[in-house]
Amino acid sequence: MDSMNFDLATTPLRDLNRFLHQEAEAQGIKHVTVLHPDGAHNIAVGLNAPVAVDIEGHAGYYAAGMLKHGEVTIHGNAGTGVAENMMSGKVHVKGFASVSAGASAHGGLLVVDGDTSLRCGISLKGGDIVVGGSVGSFSGFMAQAGRMVICGNAGDALGDSLYEAVIYVRGTIKSLGADARIEEMTESDYQAVGELLAAAGYSYDPHEFKRVASAKSLYHWNADANQEY
Amino acid sequence: MCGIVGLLVKTPALRARLGAMLVPMMIGMTERGPDSAGLAVFSTPLVSGHKYSLYSGTASFDWEGLAAQLFAHLRVSAKCEGHGNHAVLITELASAAVRQWLKENFPALHVLSCGRAIDLYKDIGTPGEVAQRYNFGSLQGSHAVGHTRMATESAVTPDRAHPFTAGEDFCLVHNGSLSNPYGLRRKLETEGIHFETDNDTEAACRFLEWRMREGDVLETAIQKGFEELDGFYTFLIGTENKLALVRDPFACKPAIVAETDDYVAIASEFRSLAHLPDVKNAHIYEPNPEEIYVWTA
Amino acid sequence: MNDNEHILKHIAKEGSAGYDRKIMDYIHNAATHGLYEIRGMGAKRAVPNFDDLVLLGASLSRYPLEGYREKCSTKTILGTRFASKPIELEIPITIAGMSFGALSANVKESLGRAATELGTSTTTGDGGMTAEERQSSKTLVYQCLPSRYGFNPDDVRRADAIEIVIGQGAKPGGGGMLLGQKISPRVAKMRTLPEGIDQRSACRHPDWTGPDDLVIKIQELREMTDWEKPIYVKVGATRTFHDVKLAVHAGADVIVVDGMQGGTAATQTCFIEHVGIPTLAALRQAVDALEDLNMKGKVQLIISGGVRTGADVAKALAMGADAVAIGQGVLYALGCNHDAYTLDGVVHSACNDYEQMGTAAGYCHHCHTGRCPVGITTQDEQLAQRLMPDLGAKRLKNYLKTLNMELTTLARACGKQNVHHLEREDLVAMTIEAAAMARLPLAGTDWIPGYSKF
Repeated sequence: MDSMNFDLATTPLRDLNRFLHQEAEAQGIKHVTVLHPDGAHNIAVGLNAPVAVDIEGHAGYYAAGMLKHGEVTIHGNAGTGVAENMMSGKVHVKGFASVSAGASAHGGLLVVDGDTSLRCGISLKGGDIVVGGSVGSFSGFMAQAGRMVICGNAGDALGDSLYEAVIYVRGTIKSLGADARIEEMTESDYQAVGELLAAAGYSYDPHEFKRVASAKSLYHWNADANQEY
Repeated sequence: MCGIVGLLVKTPALRARLGAMLVPMMIGMTERGPDSAGLAVFSTPLVSGHKYSLYSGTASFDWEGLAAQLFAHLRVSAKCEGHGNHAVLITELASAAVRQWLKENFPALHVLSCGRAIDLYKDIGTPGEVAQRYNFGSLQGSHAVGHTRMATESAVTPDRAHPFTAGEDFCLVHNGSLSNPYGLRRKLETEGIHFETDNDTEAACRFLEWRMREGDVLETAIQKGFEELDGFYTFLIGTENKLALVRDPFACKPAIVAETDDYVAIASEFRSLAHLPDVKNAHIYEPNPEEIYVWTA
Repeated sequence: MNDNEHILKHIAKEGSAGYDRKIMDYIHNAATHGLYEIRGMGAKRAVPNFDDLVLLGASLSRYPLEGYREKCSTKTILGTRFASKPIELEIPITIAGMSFGALSANVKESLGRAATELGTSTTTGDGGMTAEERQSSKTLVYQCLPSRYGFNPDDVRRADAIEIVIGQGAKPGGGGMLLGQKISPRVAKMRTLPEGIDQRSACRHPDWTGPDDLVIKIQELREMTDWEKPIYVKVGATRTFHDVKLAVHAGADVIVVDGMQGGTAATQTCFIEHVGIPTLAALRQAVDALEDLNMKGKVQLIISGGVRTGADVAKALAMGADAVAIGQGVLYALGCNHDAYTLDGVVHSACNDYEQMGTAAGYCHHCHTGRCPVGITTQDEQLAQRLMPDLGAKRLKNYLKTLNMELTTLARACGKQNVHHLEREDLVAMTIEAAAMARLPLAGTDWIPGYSKF
């Protein structure tokens, strides 16, 4: 038997996480189902084993936070900071995600079928985020590396203070953040978007997307540039 | 910092269960707010007169004696039903006169609320303790606003717990921290607005009180608040027949709404909504920043 | 020569207190560059500090302890509240968080080795954990900062404790800063930044705001580490009384309070000098907060910001801290502002290098330039050779050892068998400000300004 169920209505969260950290791989468990999450926080944080975790319901804050190895699917909505600081692996949110989705992720793939709230991909450090719906304001804020694909619309201040991360948007952009600008899509952009959409399971046409990247004018302090500090 | 809960029942049959539905919501917010808790319930308005929620702070108080004294002094009938440190006083005397009389004769009493529809409770203790103390589970009404508090800058005392009230049938709870409460207070005091505490939430409440006194409807007052109130906030406001929810532009403080045909429920975190009836089929969403959401009972 | 000529030759120099040389230079600078001054080190202005307190040694009413034979314990345990593996230190003197990036890798290794030998901890900084530091430091506290540079779960698992940084004393409310000349290839890679740019850091954490969210963030780190490791919360000193209470409510095991004298490798001068309260005042507020919540002893307190001497450590403990953290003192021990450095066993003068930067030994605060003449706050490979780990570890070990010896000497003189038995009644103040801030009586009187009748 390579699956297990954990019912958070009767089992402490600590037991679930400890099992995932210390026992799952050794016991050859490949699949864990979490029942009655009911908005609990920190479900499957620090997962570091080749396990597929299915969360049957809505998760609270930091679901799948600091994921390094494994795959987490949330059959519902996710609270603040889903997949925050993810290193690799995959997180899929079927519903919507709250603020700071994928914050500071270094790698891996976060997919959100619904909308995300503000600050999606804040401080992104190399991970990939694909959002089926729209993203709130300040998404991609200070995003340093990685890619974001937004199939819906983007709110205010998209990519404010952007570094090397690239954001692709299919819908409208309410406003761009400081130092963010729209650039021409190249063949490699279309290819990247195509790959990411396929990985997320969406079938949009990459040619419908715009590229948002950093103008790199904030990289050095410069008195004459009237920069906002 | 804090937890916020709100509930408005659309189906009249659920009015009897308002409190019972609300208590688990408040307890779900205990970690966000372990110091103190408060609840304002709006029920069928009095046909005449006003009711006042009174808080004595002491373990027991001669509430009936208070009603008797009011009659003796001012020749006006009053009913005062109380348990422990809380009571509801009902009388037809004009509210300004009632407040004046209470201030003169019972200066240590806190008037938590005044109105035709509102009853308000707040005290120190965990949400569970406060709910049990005042039997929140048996409260009935059309809508309610609740709060669990983790004190940030002002002290943990009952009068600094939320909700704060202004005027009649108006209350406010707040999750967040305002950065200009003292400047606001000084400005409002020159407008003749009276403050009871140094709590930043009270500054927000009094600001709205001032704007509405100057003729703004609630939505306009909140709109002006976007300019004048600085800091981070999610506000939940209750009036005689409405609930209003608003988040600041940064939306750093959380809020989530679950809506069915039978009710609208609001909380800081989903786990407070998870056990509501039929929540599996509810429309669940997070309110947008800088948008005013209003539901009418 | 007549009288008039004599008067003309006399040059009157009437300085202005408000517009002194420092302010004139500041304005000239601003007019030249159009940008605020950025520098390293902590507040240089005079503030009430531990020097304004003295200890009441033994007398007829109190008996001292002999040195050596009569033990004076310095063992310190941090993080007993929730963690199954609290931090056990031999001395209550720890090394404050300073980043690899601000400091060279050689220095990070020196810190680790010295700390290990003395049985204490080091702390990573706003750049992540280096292999050198983890290998050399037996007890390593891993910082989680708003920037999250280099933050990753493997290092969380490797750490002995995790310190969530809300702010530091030099710039409460500000984010980290590292200028382009120090964003070397290695630093750039660790921080996921392009080489050579001026690093802009966030001042708020990306995924939580406020103590109610912090409850959940602390829980996340506990769940991550199966409740084994202590979670510290560090704040720069401003509204310390409230902040410490909130940190306790949020679930911290250990609270670190960094006063305004706390150092930095690069911050705006206006921030360093004009934001935050002195360590002395912050310490008293922090202890008040813990006592108010009846958490003294259950949640431990580390104080930092201008802790320099063994006497400072003794007084900090007497006021109620469980331990101190030292940053700038450590750098001076390594050779900061020394007029010479040692390269391949030969002593060289550093005077020219200081002069090139427009400063001199004893006055330098140019950590932000990366041109540290003694090889400490630099990423330049050549300069970094000027402080090799063998020498660095030895110097730091000597300094820490001296501090500890002074601490125990003073504690014994006050009759304590354990340095943690020092208490506030062992202290009096020498100035009115210090008496008011520390809430201690003015020496020789019963007067605590603002608190008791004269």
